[in-house]
Amino acid sequence: MSLATRTASDAVTASLTGKSKDRDVRSMVFLGALWFSLFFGVVVLLALIIDTAIAGAPRFDLQLFTEYESRINRDGTGFRAGILGSVWLMATTALMAIPLGIGAAVYLEEFADKKSRVARIIEINLQNLAAVPSIIYGMLAVAIMGLLGYVYKGIVLGGAFALALLILPVVIITTREAIRAVPSDIRHGSLALGATVWQTTWRNTLPSAVPGIATGTILGLSRAIGEAAPLLILGLATVRDDPTGIESKVTALPIQIYNLSAMSQLEYQVAASAAIIVLLVLILGMNALAIFIRNKFQRSW
Amino acid sequence: MSKMPAEATANGTHTPHSEAPMTTFVSQAGHEPLPKLPPDPVMETKALNVFYGDFHAVHDVDLAFGRNEITALIGPSGCGKSTVLRCLNRMNDLVPGARVEGEVTYHGQNIYAKDVDPIAVRTHIGMVFQKPNPFPKSIYDNIAYGPRVTGMKVDSMDDLVEEALRGAALWDEVKDKLKQSAIGLSGGQQQRLCIARTIATKPDVILMDEPCSALDPIATARIEDLMLELKDDYTIVIVTHNMQQAARVSDRTAFFTAKPDKTTGNRTGQLVEYDLTNTIFSNPSDQRTEDYISGRFG
Repeated sequence: MSLATRTASDAVTASLTGKSKDRDVRSMVFLGALWFSLFFGVVVLLALIIDTAIAGAPRFDLQLFTEYESRINRDGTGFRAGILGSVWLMATTALMAIPLGIGAAVYLEEFADKKSRVARIIEINLQNLAAVPSIIYGMLAVAIMGLLGYVYKGIVLGGAFALALLILPVVIITTREAIRAVPSDIRHGSLALGATVWQTTWRNTLPSAVPGIATGTILGLSRAIGEAAPLLILGLATVRDDPTGIESKVTALPIQIYNLSAMSQLEYQVAASAAIIVLLVLILGMNALAIFIRNKFQRSW
Repeated sequence: MSKMPAEATANGTHTPHSEAPMTTFVSQAGHEPLPKLPPDPVMETKALNVFYGDFHAVHDVDLAFGRNEITALIGPSGCGKSTVLRCLNRMNDLVPGARVEGEVTYHGQNIYAKDVDPIAVRTHIGMVFQKPNPFPKSIYDNIAYGPRVTGMKVDSMDDLVEEALRGAALWDEVKDKLKQSAIGLSGGQQQRLCIARTIATKPDVILMDEPCSALDPIATARIEDLMLELKDDYTIVIVTHNMQQAARVSDRTAFFTAKPDKTTGNRTGQLVEYDLTNTIFSNPSDQRTEDYISGRFG
């Protein structure tokens, strides 16, 4: 190797090695700030969950699920009414919101003239509806129940009205996205075989969109299951019975947590903490199911 | 536009000298000389004009498609050949703002007449698309789909599925996995499945919109062989970018080009020349046709 080559090589080595500019003080401070932003939310949430879990730890027992709220046996107070109530509310909400949501989405995607003014106004307002505070839907449900002639509105039907209205925009929007994700090649293939638009939608588009629809609906329900505000407006209160139908008086897990955590007795607060963890596990479980369905069944075209 | 010269150079057969073997090949297909226009057309277009909104896409196309013949529509991109094809089974209805003037007749009946149901038209005139588009269902259900939705009277669906798959030269490859998803098939198999799906509804005419453009040369050759077999039973209209393909499979060729409007600059497609494929490729009467097939423009 000649001297000239070696000098050039040394110069290259010198220019390539040494302290990286990505490691200077300003870069490190900036990186630190990014890390802080990332962890702030996560750490606060984690602290909250751990604190609640520790507070509720003495009450992670079977009675939490099997017993009703009790003034006499405060140590054994349970959330049977709230858990069963939430299950009833979710089932009824799903029965109302899913067909209505899918129907509206199918109309908007497959049948409506997308360029018409009406369609565009609906489009914008669906986004707005999804952002309306939940308590407004509670008031709407109160009005509906009043019109239907119910004096006591804290029943399964009333709660389900409020929650179904609440999640309807979410169901419509996610269903539309799932339908839109089905390529038009598939629709054209079906129409070219002599199928009607209705047959194409029913036999081809909707089945292909089911995973997306299921994911969106479960995410909507997992939002609804944690709601207390619209149910409070409806007057859902403490109940010591299992619901037996859509006209049964009902309570919900978040309502029970809200009521018990406001009580002065320590036993109730411990029980409420435990119930918060139950509610969180329920919501995380539903979200996990939604993600599982999305990853497992969603097709890439 | 820019695709054609490259294609032509790559194929390298567009000089007058090398055209000779190609035309010989074509003339082997027909045993006796065919008349210039199909004597017994299954479909005809008369003064067909197509508009997308204000845009005049196709101007005054008169064509006739002969029974048990393969007619190729060729021309540069944007010349309206796919638009014309889609008018033949009213798939253009699906494009928002599309408007058709003139007539498209099927056995003498104008399919754009007011009381004609486009759904019914499509059961007689099937279509195979550019990109294979099998339904995300089993192979069996893909084939059975058409007969089921159209309410066809079928003695045995199993027999019909087998017949359609045999007709599309796919039976031997898939007979043991009819219940498996069609998405698992190769691109060429998927396209033959789409052809099988179309013939299962027992159409009269099959329209093919660049059916091989997404396929490799081997799969393309199989589809071309299949087309030559199918023409015994069906009337076939094919849009293709590949001039060799048109020369290899078609009996007649229609050459389209796009003419820019003097004021707006919009390019309106028009039919330049329609003749026997032999004539188009060996002795075209229009200079533009000759320029195109010899790779001088496109």
